[in-house]
Amino acid sequence: MNKNKLFMLVFVGSEAFFFLALIISYVYYSHPGGTLASTAKYLDFKKTLIFTLFLVSSSLTIWIADLNLKKGKRKALIGWLIATIILGIVFLFGQGSEYARLITTNVTVSQNVFGSAFFTLTGFHGIHVILGLIVLSVLTIIVMSRKFESVESTALESAAIYWHFVDVVWIVVFSVVYIGAII
Amino acid sequence: MSYSLEIPESVNSFPKIRSTNGFLEWISTVDHKLIGIMYLWSALFFLIIGFAEAMLMRIQLAQPQNSFLTPEAYNQIFTMHGTTMIFLVLTPMLIGFATYLLPLMIGANEMAYPRLNAFSFWMFFFGGLLLYFSFLAGGAPNVGWFSYAPLSEKFYSITPGVDYWAMSILIMGIGTIGAGLNFVVTTLTMRAPGLSLTKLPLFVWMVFVNAFLILAAFPVLNAGLVMILIDRLLNAHFFLAATGGSAVIWQHVFWTFGHPEVYILALPAFGIASEVIPVFSRKPIFGYEFVAASTVAIALLSFGVWAHHMFAVGLGTTFNAFFAASSMLIAVPTGVKIFNWIATMWGGSIQFKTSMLFAMAFLIEFTIGGLSGVGFAIVPIDWRLTDTYFVVAHIHYVFIGASLFCGFAAAYYWFPKITGKMLSEKIGKLHFWVFVISFNCTFFVFHILGLLGMPRRVFTYPDLPYLGSLNMFSTISAAVLGISFLMFIWNIFYSLKYGEDAGDNPWNAWTLEWLTSSPPKPKNFNIVPFVKSRRPLWDLNHPEDPDWKRKNKK
Repeated sequence: MNKNKLFMLVFVGSEAFFFLALIISYVYYSHPGGTLASTAKYLDFKKTLIFTLFLVSSSLTIWIADLNLKKGKRKALIGWLIATIILGIVFLFGQGSEYARLITTNVTVSQNVFGSAFFTLTGFHGIHVILGLIVLSVLTIIVMSRKFESVESTALESAAIYWHFVDVVWIVVFSVVYIGAII
Repeated sequence: MSYSLEIPESVNSFPKIRSTNGFLEWISTVDHKLIGIMYLWSALFFLIIGFAEAMLMRIQLAQPQNSFLTPEAYNQIFTMHGTTMIFLVLTPMLIGFATYLLPLMIGANEMAYPRLNAFSFWMFFFGGLLLYFSFLAGGAPNVGWFSYAPLSEKFYSITPGVDYWAMSILIMGIGTIGAGLNFVVTTLTMRAPGLSLTKLPLFVWMVFVNAFLILAAFPVLNAGLVMILIDRLLNAHFFLAATGGSAVIWQHVFWTFGHPEVYILALPAFGIASEVIPVFSRKPIFGYEFVAASTVAIALLSFGVWAHHMFAVGLGTTFNAFFAASSMLIAVPTGVKIFNWIATMWGGSIQFKTSMLFAMAFLIEFTIGGLSGVGFAIVPIDWRLTDTYFVVAHIHYVFIGASLFCGFAAAYYWFPKITGKMLSEKIGKLHFWVFVISFNCTFFVFHILGLLGMPRRVFTYPDLPYLGSLNMFSTISAAVLGISFLMFIWNIFYSLKYGEDAGDNPWNAWTLEWLTSSPPKPKNFNIVPFVKSRRPLWDLNHPEDPDWKRKNKK
């Protein structure tokens, strides 16, 4: 197996344990004392579902970008990379607006243990999205400046593994936090 | 236009630190050998500091009702001692040996990611400095090396010590994860031709398995650390029971990391023993497959035993019974290894070099530590002895008995390869005997003190029968232990100057690192032979009787 892809797979495997610990803590804190029932009314399920679809579709666009890399179609590659970045930014915007709304309704990190667990879990996911966007932007700039000629490069594939991971983590977080709150 | 500073590639094995670019070459290096050496020097440096802290505690405890240290100072010093020895001494010592040796032992010229390797080292190094900066920034952490909540929360611990503790361990943890990633990818992609996973030297096997432990355990700790930091800095409620949090969750998170961490510090030590014992017994390891497989068993089981640190919490009988059983179970693969090492020595022509003496002493000391550990798996015994000096005896027999004894065995074994000079056997044997005797005198009495009920982490004790005399005995022994460390340091400097030249393969060993020159050139190997067995150098030196021709005798 290619070195860089192997590295990225092992790395996201390690990252999974980080999120696992945060998710288990969230689940634990949402049970006793009925914080689960009282939090459901604060979260905006529908809007977040729409923004979730943006992030999920970005997994598709980065896959198409990689297909174009392998075919050597530079312009299409740049286009799909930029589409991926835009979808990621839209998701972050969605999360930002959710945060702003929650904070104005006085749900904060220090308000109660739900706030602590919610902002820590989704916040660390958001940081991972930002990191992914930085990586993708660097890749896009390299491709645009014509320094990235080889179709053999695994840089994009490795970045894609990370991006898919960030996506999967969000699906789990969304299921636990948002779907868990309404059922 | 280039903004980078051109540093000429070194042609010597070691850049001279006083030459024009020497210092710059050291701090900018991505060579795994130089980085490994920097890890080892840092570990030795912090060992001296950690020992000095231990000595301050021993002086305070030498007499009952002593007032050498204030309780506040004592709390800071035992916290710093534990954190230093685990995160700044044993971890970098073992990672340092692995960083230096892993590429050499698999016939590679570098790690898979040299710059990540340098990043890992500097994260560790500056993390360590950050931890010690806390002394200047309003007080060192003072809540013990496992920082139990809610004591570690803002309300009960108002100095910034715990913040520094959490941040520095977070930084070092990221560095350690980087090292773990590098070990996995290097082992899987950089091996010499013919060197299949079933032919790997056992040290590499154990570092490889250990890397997975690091990759699974440290992220869990990091999650706990960010939670406690958010609690302390942003007034969150994770571990505050009064406002809906749970202090027990911190214990679960910490020990989910903490118990694998014990094996993270033990597995590479087992790997060292698995290299040293066969070479000085002049026999291949007995039961290679069992030693390798039991490592995997230990790694898997180590994630199912954490709550034996929490028997006193009151989690319920079913819970305790499960973790009691799993904790006893993990002693089995460890015992398998002990028997393999003994069987390797059995019938061998043993050479009692200093390195071998340390490895043999490790078998005995670690077994003592392992037996008291099995004792702790029995819940009523744990209830009786938890938070007494018996626990302190147990952890020192495990950490020193396994990690440090094997660390010294490794130092005497690989020093010739790293520097090209032999460590003096004369000073080495003196070092060994002073060390092994003073170590046992210092720590064995802790078992008795624990049984007498002396609690750990209390700055003084009442003048009850035996307590004063046993503590005084331990303090005097600890001072002798310090002398043995000085002997080791003296041996390093003496041997660097006057030691005899080592040659490429002074021990007639069989693994690939002994193929290249001592010290290795910046480029490790020019040619690596096709590896056909687990002992490539034996095959090379005995073309008439190579291992790969003897099917029944691996």
